[in-house]
Amino acid sequence: MDEKLMLSLLQKNARMKITDLAAALDESKDDVIEKLTELEKKKVICGYHTIVNWDLTNTEIVTALIQVNASPEREYGYDRIASHIYKFDEVDTMYLLSGSFEFVCIVKGKTMQEVAHFVASKLACVDGVTGTSTYFVLKQYKNDGVILIEDEDGKNDRLVVTP
Amino acid sequence: MDYNEILSDRVKTIKPSGIRKFFDLASQMEDVISLGVGEPDFTTPWAIREAAIYSIEKGRTFYTANQGLQELREEICRYYQRRFHVDYNPKDNCIVTVGGSEGIDIAIRAILNPGEEMIVLDPGYVAYTPGVELAGGIPVTINLRQEDEFKLTPELLKAAITPNTKALLINYPSNPTGGFMTKSDYEKIVPIIKESGIIVISDEIYAELSYEEEFCSIASFDEIKDQVIVVSGFSKAFAMTGWRLGYVLANPVLTKAMNKIHQYIIMSAPSSAQYGAIEGLRHCYDEVLKMRDSYKARRNFLVKTFNDMGLETFKPQGAFYVFPCIRSTGLTSDEFCEKLLEDQKVACVPGTAFGPAGEGFIRVSYAYSLEELKVATEKIKIFVDKCRGNHD
Ligand SMILES: Cc1ncc(COP(=O)(O)O)c(C=O)c1O
Repeated sequence: MDEKLMLSLLQKNARMKITDLAAALDESKDDVIEKLTELEKKKVICGYHTIVNWDLTNTEIVTALIQVNASPEREYGYDRIASHIYKFDEVDTMYLLSGSFEFVCIVKGKTMQEVAHFVASKLACVDGVTGTSTYFVLKQYKNDGVILIEDEDGKNDRLVVTP
Repeated sequence: MDYNEILSDRVKTIKPSGIRKFFDLASQMEDVISLGVGEPDFTTPWAIREAAIYSIEKGRTFYTANQGLQELREEICRYYQRRFHVDYNPKDNCIVTVGGSEGIDIAIRAILNPGEEMIVLDPGYVAYTPGVELAGGIPVTINLRQEDEFKLTPELLKAAITPNTKALLINYPSNPTGGFMTKSDYEKIVPIIKESGIIVISDEIYAELSYEEEFCSIASFDEIKDQVIVVSGFSKAFAMTGWRLGYVLANPVLTKAMNKIHQYIIMSAPSSAQYGAIEGLRHCYDEVLKMRDSYKARRNFLVKTFNDMGLETFKPQGAFYVFPCIRSTGLTSDEFCEKLLEDQKVACVPGTAFGPAGEGFIRVSYAYSLEELKVATEKIKIFVDKCRGNHD
């Protein structure tokens, strides 16, 4: 089975019906279900999420990118410190980076105060964290490959019938 | 004064395109769901657009060399070597054209004398037969068959060659059938081409949209390479239809001859499009592959859906068309498409728009999202069920 094609189809549309998925992959429904179960078990598929543009709802939400400096630990490297950070519910996404700081965390909260408070009282206090810089997001243009603002690009003005 | 009288005889004898007729029908209606287009639904990759914008900003707004920008020709030749293992050099073998369309025209005109025969495949792309006729040549058609998956077989080819045959025009992967020629399919016809000495114009515009086997260019057979004119372009693989950019690849004598026509009628292809294409060949191959994967999933979906509704559809290995057989509905291709349009507001193109051998088939394009295809095929199913009901 074309696993890569299956994953890219689901990544575009996680709600695709099994019958349609099976047709698009030219496989039987049972085989597709079996493959999905296997990929879920192996954590290749980690979930079926919805990309939400919260800006268009009445929900209060702020997002911040936080650079985190940290010193590595014998035996653990950065992983133990990281685990003390990513377990916080406020941390949406976290990466270890090369370059002049160690981690970047994407943190979400209801207000700027809430995020600032989280950084000061939780994140910056984690053992091994030596510094942070916080950047609040002002506007979201694109997320997970999806453009979230008005953009004419996708609209196409093809003629109805062409050779 | 009747201006029809003053038209040239050649123009008068050329049949209006069957596509055009259908286009007129479909554009009069509102809310038509179309499966009738022959161009990608993707917009051109941004990197290409950005490079073209930059070229305009920098004031690169002049005619380029007749043959096209040296850099672009270098990239085209590198690309044909890298992808399809055929060697051409940018100076003697390559002309950048205004779409594959111009390539087809100058290839035909460079070799055909009035009264000489050119073999074209039926069903086939709409521009070939008129192209031959405008050059004063005689189109000789080979009727391809669904049971051969619309391939050109040695028997069919042999039967069509006469002492007056100058050239053969092929197009695989094919518009409208999606038919495909593998290396071993070509091995069977290459000796015939070698022996007869005819020229082959190979329209390889859908080469990148090959889903199972690697695309094989007929120019990769060394023994007949010099007899081949490759026509290709950026429209399909790079989603660049509106840019009007293509190219021809051929031996030095033929290239020179085609360039003679090209320099008088075109001068040079659009410069900004050429700058964009350089970027495309250098850096956008991943996007080509992504688009190909999308097409492949859509093809699978359509082949299954049409077969499930009882319209026999072979699995095309390339391009972005399926070619379902609609004979079981008791309708002709024209009737089927017209009634489908009236009844369900879905536009497909009758197979006959691509030649008489297209009778009994319709061309369905999958240059549409899976969601769109799903909605459209549900409507087609309703229509087909109705037809069947009426006939029982
Ligand atoms: C088989 C074939 N050849 C050539 C062309 C012309 O393409 P362009 O002139 O855009 O390169 C098309 C377009 O539909 C086609 O389907």
